[in-house]
This record gives sequence, C-alpha cells and structure tokens, in this order.
Amino acid sequence: MTFAIVVFPGSNCDHDAYHAVQDVLGQRAEFVWHKETDLKGADVVILPGGFAHGDYLRTGAIARFSPVMTAVRTFATAGNPVIGICNGFQVLLEAGLLPGAMLRNDRKYRCEYVHARVEQTDTPFTSLCASGQVLKIPIAHGEGNYYADPQTLERLERNRQVIFRYVTPQGDVTTEANPNGSLANIAGICNDARNVVGLMPHPERACEPALGSDDGKIVLESVVSALIART
Amino acid sequence: MTARVFVTLKPSVFDPQGHTITEALHQMGYTDIEDVRQGKYFELTLPGRSASEVKDLAAEVAHKLLANPVIESYRIEVAE
Repeated sequence: MTFAIVVFPGSNCDHDAYHAVQDVLGQRAEFVWHKETDLKGADVVILPGGFAHGDYLRTGAIARFSPVMTAVRTFATAGNPVIGICNGFQVLLEAGLLPGAMLRNDRKYRCEYVHARVEQTDTPFTSLCASGQVLKIPIAHGEGNYYADPQTLERLERNRQVIFRYVTPQGDVTTEANPNGSLANIAGICNDARNVVGLMPHPERACEPALGSDDGKIVLESVVSALIART
Repeated sequence: MTARVFVTLKPSVFDPQGHTITEALHQMGYTDIEDVRQGKYFELTLPGRSASEVKDLAAEVAHKLLANPVIESYRIEVAE
C-alpha cells in the first residue's frame, strides 16, 4: 500500500508522516512535491502539517492552488482516502474539499497533548477505533479555531461529519478541554462521502510509546485496514 | 490604475485578533473604543485597463484568493 505525502514549500511534518507510514506501519511512503501533477499510484494521500507557503494570506490559501491539488481533488472525488493533518486540514478547507474555515486560535498558539474523542467510526481513518474512544494526541497550531456558519454546522452534526472532538481525558466535552475556541469542540471532520478527513491533532506524531503516546497509530492503521477490506 | 481591496471578517464571525487589540486599548485607557475589527488591505496595480475592467478583475481575484467567502467579505476601490 502506498501513501503519497504531499510536500508544499513550508511543510514540516512531511517527514513525521513518512516515518510513521514507512517505519512504524511498514507501508510504502512517497513524497510528492506540490508542483507535481500525479500522485505516484498512491492508495492514500496525506496532506501534512507545517506552514505551506509561509501561511501567507491565510493558512492553506496559496497551497490550494498548487498544481498537485488538481490531482488530489480528482483522487478525493473518486472516493479515495485523503487525510489533512493540521496545515493539511487548513488546505482542505481552503480547497473546499471540506466545509468551513479556520480562524485564529482564541488567544494563543497551542503546542501540547490534547484528548480527541472519536465520534464516528465509519470513515477510513477511524474504522478500527471504538466509538467514543479517547486518543491522546499532540496539537501544535495557532489557527485551529474551526468555524462554520450555523447552517453548515447543523448539517455537519446531522450527517455525523464531526469525527473528532476535544474532550477531557475522561471523554467529556468541556470548554476547558477546547484548546483553540473551535465551534462545538470540533477537532476533525469529514466530507459528505466520508473519504476525506481533516483534523488539527497530529496522529502521525503519536505512533510510538517513546514519543509519549501511540494513540495516533490507530488512525493510520485504520486506513490500511479499510483499504484491505475494500479490495 | 490601482485597485484597493479591503478584506474583513464578516460581522457574524468572531475576530480573536480584534478582540485582543480592543482589550489592549482598554487597558491603555482608550475605553471609548467599543470594538476593533482587524482586516487586510491589498493594492493591485493594473496598467492600461479601464476602471470597470480593473474593478471586475479585482472582484474576481478577491473572491477566488484574497478573501475566503466562508468567513470574509471584501470591498473594492479603484483609483488612478
């Protein structure tokens, strides 16, 4: 199984994703430069974290026009699994592949472990999770304050498109557990077709106990399992 | 011709930066300033075009790139 990891100028979690896929999962990882127009036969696409194009203008605003994004859009529209992590999530929002937008955090850049509760298990990236499972995963962002207008938020909730929510270690949704001011403690969402997922926490940085948590590994393992089940 | 594009968050969208600036101003004693909204300003230079062409083009790029219509709105002024 091949994971394409898209590299924009300013991506900085591309190697974290590569290590998690190649060394921890034992799957094949390929870097794809943003100017390329094909995804090297990938089965999964990861848009990694970082500061694509310096986060200039708005996070993800310039990256969405990179040549590779045409291929990513075609790949996503065909129903293949795409995950945007942190800056990758921001790119997916700007590209309109996921609904809503990011605002600046309420006050500050946050770099710490959070607890994310798995809300839905019928996406390729949560298929091995238990519903309500709490994952200890790090965040590192200044712009993860998820916003959607009331109609969009209502639609997200009705269609069960909220995939991860910030919670306490015990799994409760509280204001204190919300690190950035996100609406409804939203940490991650999926598209209508459920194959495109974006989240602010970094599962690829939490794949080994030596790093403080391996709770993120199940997100990547899920997509491997989902693809095997599909073939 | 120059097009000036002002991009601001929609009134319904909370502006964490503006809010923080408002708090700082209040702390400095400027308590009459009820609220601050922060935005972005762009100058687009387009030689050899009519004012209406410049305005149309500026609106097109404002919609596609300079503003995110989900959270922001924009206003355009055209000048010599």
